Amino acid sequence: MKAKDIAELLDEPACAHNKKSKSGCAKPKPGATAGGCAFDGAQIALLPIADVAHIVHGSIACAGSSWDNRGTRSSGETLYRIGMTTDLTEQDVIMGRGEKRLFHSIKQAVEDHNPQAVFVYNTCVPALVGDDVGAVCKAAEERWGVPVVPVDAAGFYGTKNLGNRIAGEAMVRYVIGNREPDPIPENAVLPGVKIHDVNLIGEYNIAGELWHIMPLLDELGIRVLCTLSGDARFREVQTMHRAEVNMMVCSKAMINVARKLKDSFGTRWFEGSFYGVSDVSQALREFARLIEDDDLTARTEALIAREEKRIDEALELWREKLRGKRVLLYTGGVKSWSVISALQDLGMHVVATGTKKSTEEDKARIRELMGDDVQMIEDGNPRSLLNLVRDQKVDVLIAGGRNMYTALKARIPFLDINQERDFGYAGYTGMIELARQLALTLQSPVWEAVRKPAPWAGKHSASARIESVAEDISADNMHSAETVASEAHTAELSV
Amino acid sequence: MSEGKTQIDKRNKALSVSPLKSSSTIGAALAFLGFNRSIPMLHGSQGCTAFGKVFFVRHFREPIPLQTTAMDQVSSVMGSEDNVVEGLKAICEKSAPAMVGVPTTGLAETQGSDIHMAVGDFRKKYPQFGHIPVIAVSTPDYSGCTESGFAAAVNALIDVMVPLADVAATRPGLRKKQVTVLVGSFLTPGDLEVLKEMIESFGLRPVLVPDLSDSLDGHLTDSDFSPLTIGGTAVSEISELGNSLATIVVGASMYKAADLLAQRTAVPDWRFEHLMGLEAVDALVHALSEISGEPVPERLERGRAQLQDAMLDTHFMLGMTRVAIAADPDLLYGFSHLLTDMGAKTVAAVAPANAPILKSVAAEKVKLGDLEDLEKLAVEYDAELLISNSHAAELSRRMSIPLLRVGFPQYDLLGGFQRVWIGYQGTKQTLFDLANILLDLERGEIHPYHSVLSQKRSSTPSSIQTPELHHVSETSPEHRGQQH
Repeated sequence: MKAKDIAELLDEPACAHNKKSKSGCAKPKPGATAGGCAFDGAQIALLPIADVAHIVHGSIACAGSSWDNRGTRSSGETLYRIGMTTDLTEQDVIMGRGEKRLFHSIKQAVEDHNPQAVFVYNTCVPALVGDDVGAVCKAAEERWGVPVVPVDAAGFYGTKNLGNRIAGEAMVRYVIGNREPDPIPENAVLPGVKIHDVNLIGEYNIAGELWHIMPLLDELGIRVLCTLSGDARFREVQTMHRAEVNMMVCSKAMINVARKLKDSFGTRWFEGSFYGVSDVSQALREFARLIEDDDLTARTEALIAREEKRIDEALELWREKLRGKRVLLYTGGVKSWSVISALQDLGMHVVATGTKKSTEEDKARIRELMGDDVQMIEDGNPRSLLNLVRDQKVDVLIAGGRNMYTALKARIPFLDINQERDFGYAGYTGMIELARQLALTLQSPVWEAVRKPAPWAGKHSASARIESVAEDISADNMHSAETVASEAHTAELSV
Repeated sequence: MSEGKTQIDKRNKALSVSPLKSSSTIGAALAFLGFNRSIPMLHGSQGCTAFGKVFFVRHFREPIPLQTTAMDQVSSVMGSEDNVVEGLKAICEKSAPAMVGVPTTGLAETQGSDIHMAVGDFRKKYPQFGHIPVIAVSTPDYSGCTESGFAAAVNALIDVMVPLADVAATRPGLRKKQVTVLVGSFLTPGDLEVLKEMIESFGLRPVLVPDLSDSLDGHLTDSDFSPLTIGGTAVSEISELGNSLATIVVGASMYKAADLLAQRTAVPDWRFEHLMGLEAVDALVHALSEISGEPVPERLERGRAQLQDAMLDTHFMLGMTRVAIAADPDLLYGFSHLLTDMGAKTVAAVAPANAPILKSVAAEKVKLGDLEDLEKLAVEYDAELLISNSHAAELSRRMSIPLLRVGFPQYDLLGGFQRVWIGYQGTKQTLFDLANILLDLERGEIHPYHSVLSQKRSSTPSSIQTPELHHVSETSPEHRGQQH
């Protein structure tokens, strides 16, 4: 990828960060950098497309330490979970045999796994050597008759966020618009209900949480043409241009997709979240508002009323356990505000939230939810997080998996909110799981056990006894300290 | 180690599917994590570190100190030595580590980065950090695997930090009780703990190089956070290795580093390919007795007797069992011999990268490949048991063949990272576990036969039974024996 192309991707007019020098895509500092690379971001964004063969073109580190480690779920196809890499050898690099190996790799993937498409992720070593991945993909597509999509995402191009955009760009450029949506299945037509088509962009179906949302949309007659990319299929991605509305779910990462679909097809889009009762309701209302169907609006309100009542009752039991607990939330971007409302629904008190990846707009929403005196954390290094926990008397830290063991080492209750987690929190129903997991860690008896010093720690028991006895005595002012000590010692021995 | 005759089948396909290999880069990082107050800084793009970090965090369930030189587009093209210099400065300034390891990645090596020159530049530019050792090691991920990277890091460490005996006036045996122990990446923190105890039981003082049992054993400390390792061998011990009475080397991957150490210090060494099974453990115990001049402690004698008893108990289940193993070379070698010692057979062996020891694996041939190769071989040779990492769980389910999890990574098994495999007790537990897995298979089970002429009324579902019940079970070992 040329420097010009990268600059173009970094210049995202729809992103509020664009105007500031401190963009989400700032230059990393050697020796003091955390977080993934562009390849990481691209792979995360597209890997959940389940019927695609995802080939990582590069040396082993890129795929070897990362394959099959996400919590994203599929309702059928499992091809995406098979790690595939060209695993370049020293000879490949020196002799310039990478392109040839890639070409044959695509053949092998097509013949052995019969994928709907092949995605080829270009990584650092072949990018530096100068492999023409685009040309190889084109030749392979012509030769084997299966769509082969290049995703040029070498790690050194930039951050994870850039990688998300590269992934979105690849979909817009090579996949979206290549197929018309299927007709609505006859048995799925609800009498008197008009079916509307939408996309969910940036929803990854972590732990299957999308499946808390889909029944609601089905009931409303809203068809999700495609989720980019949780539980998605290649043929769904191809039809994304036909949606009436796009929802950017909980992430600005692929905002370029929403913007480009708006520019090319006039698709309106909104940003929303499926975390927390009020946010789920809000998202459903936004769909109805943008689709402009009065009947849908009425049915949406009815569904919201029913679901909110149901979930409110179900959560009451949990609120008793969680009310007033103090939370430190450290997570990126949109989640910095979307999870706040979920926690407030549970009666919890968010004392501070991370805003490292949040935009000004995100921050405005945080203020709206939490008031002006909210503490925003820009630099979430482990040390400063732990200081905040202590200073603010925080009961539970909610953050991404990378901070989990930092919290546990400091003996602080923790909830994982990022992609690697095992539980789904989205939708009305997801709230119950969120409450359960929070209560599970907060109420666990292990905290007391791990914070308590060993019985023999601190003062030597004999001298401690001597002192306490000495205090009693001096109050009575009857005996001399020496006698006390010897008495205490005798007492100790007799125990 | 005598040169073996095992056939090595090279990789013969373009695409690696379900990779078995993890990079040599993170192998090197792991070695540096076995020293107290240390931190590895990978020379590459930030993703190399992020992936490595997640890999180890999931395996050990511990925070992992790991930094990056954060190569970007400019440094990837124009040269990245400055990234190394600035990265080292940032770490030294902020955390005052006892040591920094700098393994290179494929990106840095392809770019042509001169890592040693970069460290030299750092020394010149920032003399105030001259007391902090920096160990640079070339470990591009297009070559080798975790095991070889780990060994290369230890080799580089010795090269930088262990002085020639003549120069430093070290003398073998000056520290009368000190024993250097070079350990390979296939030993878990639990293994290392047991190894230390065994050595201590002879009145010796082991210095492990490196010691993951002190840093990544999963323990709570009084301090709530550290940007560096929270345990491991003290860096100050390394320059004193020349005063050890003896060096014990575990794992063929470490022999090159052992050669270098011997050459520098003239300390005599005792080498062991692995420490699983009666014969292997006996060799170590015998050597320890020789080195220390002490008799074998009663507790070890008892452990040995227990292992012998367990071998008798479990040989019924393990005998003639057909096993498929995929692991880094040393671990593969060790398991293949443990199984052979018990009368089992390694019918499929896969390693992620080549190593001299593979020629001595107790199997007809070793395939250099991935877990797809393991699956194909396991089917072809009718394996009854898989031994590999957590990635093999999926194929274990698919093939309905049980899996024993070993090596890296083990992200779906709590405690897997610290499980003890070595010594008399560790071996004993391994044998019990293997036998229990095999018992569950109900091999040789004879299915009930329902006679059509029978007068039993309630037990037969219908009067005429399907014919396949007359056949011998497909999974019976007798049947297998005829096939192959």
